[in-house]
Amino acid sequence: MRYLPLTDADRKAMLATIGAGSIDDLFSDVPEEARLPGPVEDLPGHQPEMLVERELARLAGRNLSAGTHPFFLGCGAYRHHVPASVDHLIQRGEFLTSYTPYQPEIAQGTLQYLFEFQTQVARLFAMDVANASMYDGSTAMTEAIFMARRITRRGKAIVSCGVHPHYLRAAETLCRFTGDRLVTGVPTLCVSPPTDDMDDMIARLDSDTSAVVVQYPDIFGHVADLSPLAEAVHAKGALLIVVVTEPVALGMIRAPGEMGADIVVGEGQSLGVGLQFGGPHLGLFATRDRYVRQMPGRLCGETVDATGRRGFVLTLSTREQHIRREKATSNICTNSGLMSLAFTIHMTLLGEAGLRHLARLNHARACQTAERLQAIPGVELLTHRFFNEFAVRLPAPARQALRDMADMGVLGGVSAERLWPGEPDLRNVLILAATECVSPADIDALACALTETLGTEYAGA
Amino acid sequence: MNMLSEGRPTRPLQGADAAPLTSTGNRGLMLEEPLIFESGSAHVSGVDLEPVPPHESRLAGFERTAPIGLPGLSEGETVRHYTRLSRQNYGIDLGLFPLGSCTMKHNPRLNEKMARLPGFADIHPLQPQDTVQGALELIHRLGTWLKKLTGMPAVAMTPKAGAHGELCGMLAIRAAHEAKGDARRVVLVPESAHGTNPATAAFCGYAVESIPADSRGRVDFAALAARLGPDVAAVMITNPNTCGLFEPDLKRIADAVHAVGGFVYCDGANFNAIVGRVRPGDLGVDAMHINLHKTFSTPHGGGGPGAGPVVFSEALAPFAPLPFVVEKDGHFHLVEEETAASEGHGASFGRMAAFHGQMGMFVRALSYMMSHGADGLRQVAEDAVLNANYVLRSLEDVISAPFAASGPCMHEALFDDSFLDGTGLSTLDMAKALIDEGFHPMTMYFPLVVHGAMLVEPTETESKARLDQFIAAMRALAAAAKAGETARFTNAPHYAPRARLDETRAARTPILTFRPSPEDRLAAE
Repeated sequence: MRYLPLTDADRKAMLATIGAGSIDDLFSDVPEEARLPGPVEDLPGHQPEMLVERELARLAGRNLSAGTHPFFLGCGAYRHHVPASVDHLIQRGEFLTSYTPYQPEIAQGTLQYLFEFQTQVARLFAMDVANASMYDGSTAMTEAIFMARRITRRGKAIVSCGVHPHYLRAAETLCRFTGDRLVTGVPTLCVSPPTDDMDDMIARLDSDTSAVVVQYPDIFGHVADLSPLAEAVHAKGALLIVVVTEPVALGMIRAPGEMGADIVVGEGQSLGVGLQFGGPHLGLFATRDRYVRQMPGRLCGETVDATGRRGFVLTLSTREQHIRREKATSNICTNSGLMSLAFTIHMTLLGEAGLRHLARLNHARACQTAERLQAIPGVELLTHRFFNEFAVRLPAPARQALRDMADMGVLGGVSAERLWPGEPDLRNVLILAATECVSPADIDALACALTETLGTEYAGA
Repeated sequence: MNMLSEGRPTRPLQGADAAPLTSTGNRGLMLEEPLIFESGSAHVSGVDLEPVPPHESRLAGFERTAPIGLPGLSEGETVRHYTRLSRQNYGIDLGLFPLGSCTMKHNPRLNEKMARLPGFADIHPLQPQDTVQGALELIHRLGTWLKKLTGMPAVAMTPKAGAHGELCGMLAIRAAHEAKGDARRVVLVPESAHGTNPATAAFCGYAVESIPADSRGRVDFAALAARLGPDVAAVMITNPNTCGLFEPDLKRIADAVHAVGGFVYCDGANFNAIVGRVRPGDLGVDAMHINLHKTFSTPHGGGGPGAGPVVFSEALAPFAPLPFVVEKDGHFHLVEEETAASEGHGASFGRMAAFHGQMGMFVRALSYMMSHGADGLRQVAEDAVLNANYVLRSLEDVISAPFAASGPCMHEALFDDSFLDGTGLSTLDMAKALIDEGFHPMTMYFPLVVHGAMLVEPTETESKARLDQFIAAMRALAAAAKAGETARFTNAPHYAPRARLDETRAARTPILTFRPSPEDRLAAE
């Protein structure tokens, strides 16, 4: 077997050194009735590399991949072009096959890029500090809600109805067990301008509110000024948590930190990581200096070595489970190290000028797409101030329209019904994202497919 | 004719041992590298993009105008920056990485290639399910492997890492108790447990009580049995445990826990020792997470991403999280919130994260399993255990091994620091000296049940020759320690990119982001 270096002669010699008669002697602590006599049944035997490759390629071939079709899906996962050098660099064995940098003298490579990553994330969000990553955006948001509870010692978080429903579901799951209360609503039919939601949230603020959670841009792509909300939240002694699922947007629109956010979490998948069918993704987490000791996750900090040279270490680990055990701020152990490397390399390649250009290109493609769709009879644009994602209302159920478009080879967005099942008012709502990967020909294909879908199946609807 | 035969001889001069300082701080191939904030510029980019086409902006008046402070580098300088950084890291690709409880085995490159197939890497989690049948089938097939290897009837694929898997298992346990109207409050955790166990139980709202180890490094069955009662929701147990020992009483423990209405959570971090030889389902386990990045060879990546699927017993299966993949007549679909109740999964405790789990890690793990097959996986466990015992027996005469007398270990060998008594040296010193010898250190000071623990897990992908090199290095260090060669230890490492780092200073005055000094800021203005 190609991954196992021991020969039978080695095994024999090693058993002799150990003083064991057979390998079975080494498993003598296992109760007899639990010892399997041979390989686990009903599973295939070992295979050469070529055959494994052939079978997995067959499975991969049964999926419609984004790069080969006009593609307009977003809602928390965005398709961006990743420069070739990103994937080359993250596959260097010294990064790929290293461990959490607990031995900093021989892990400065990981530690320095984490320090750079933390700085990039903090600056992108216009916050003071960021951690070395979380699992993904949804789990980062849940951790932020718990962090706000620890800081304010209050148990109620108000969540905007513009937050990704999967994020909300994930938070609800944990809050049911931790005793945190979440207050939220369902978006109304017209996908109300976000200010309405904000007024509603401000009205619900009380002395038990730990935080208000808003997504920016929100799930429908709305870009709202969060400053008035931040002011109202702070006036009640609560914190403003901002969720960013599309970090490329911050190359163009005002940063959450500029509008008074206290904690900013996000999904970093857009830069360097790719779609990956939803994972592994990259949780981003940033806050103000004064809250750093309540922050979950690993942190990398600057220090010096015994000879006075600058170096980096994991620090403030007294917050973490391996030291604090049941008193830790979070049970998180592994983070998304390699994904944070992909993110930071992509960001370094872009630089500020590149990021701003990329953001403008995204916005332009989304504007062009929206204009084309608006021209289709019966299609109504619901998001007016957006970055690269927006919602439209169709004259027919969006889910069926998506299936029909997929049959024509166009992946035309996400139906709101997929995210809010059983909400009849949202059944006709379609959410689309257009990134730099979208070409003018893709926009044509989308418009044609949608026109045809609506025209043939729902004529007169 | 080459230069060496023409030019001056390159033979080292006698007595040329004192290395001079260099003006750059570099030492030949050991290269110093500045931060991107020191070398890059906001005006440089390593990416060429299409021109922005004419369009009517929808963001008028909302643009970000202040500088963001993100430096860029050209592509070549970017490649060089990260290549230089990478050379300051130790990885499995460089050598033995005997980090106990972490299972640092070879990461096959076929896995990397497969995970990058566009049909897996470039698909969106919310695509119509008819367009991702191959991806759903892969998740389903990996789940089937995990169920068969563990002898458990159900599996949750969405947890994103081991600790997230623990959370999944404990939430299912709490949901199961609540479904019966049973408000149990206590979770028992052996003192040798990994820190995530008590952290997870506390996170789920449980009071954590510690169970001592016996003199043989196993859970003290009598102490555990004495504590069991109607208030105990679950016992969290690691098997093999963090001392590298199999818990022979696990079945007995499980029976006792079940008798009082509790559940058994097994931490599967050490599954590599028993895969293909023992099925946890046969030992009465109700839930167990599996670290795909340990047993099933997906890369650790400098601290993630991991993946922590959880297998469940019949009793806990109804509470498994959403979404999950089911097969019907050769068609695969996701059970999500929309149809969970109508498909008979209304008891699920809900969603743990957006989307369907760590797909990229699933592809790698399945690629590994298919390569090994059921026969190869059994061999994995046998060779992992053989290698660990070989290290244990090759070192126990010079390095104290607290439980060696009680019999064989499993996949890792535990040593303590009593062999250093009187030398003035510590486990930390041993670890740092091992760096100078060209090895990654073992796990230090864990588990907590022995003093100055050193936990060595070689894994099955090390050859006998590699183990012999490691053993020789450890024996040499033990001899040097006993001979009083303390300078070799206390200033170690001497030959790493950095000497020992001041962790106290890092924690006292945290510098967590790059902030230019006031002089730099003035200069920039």
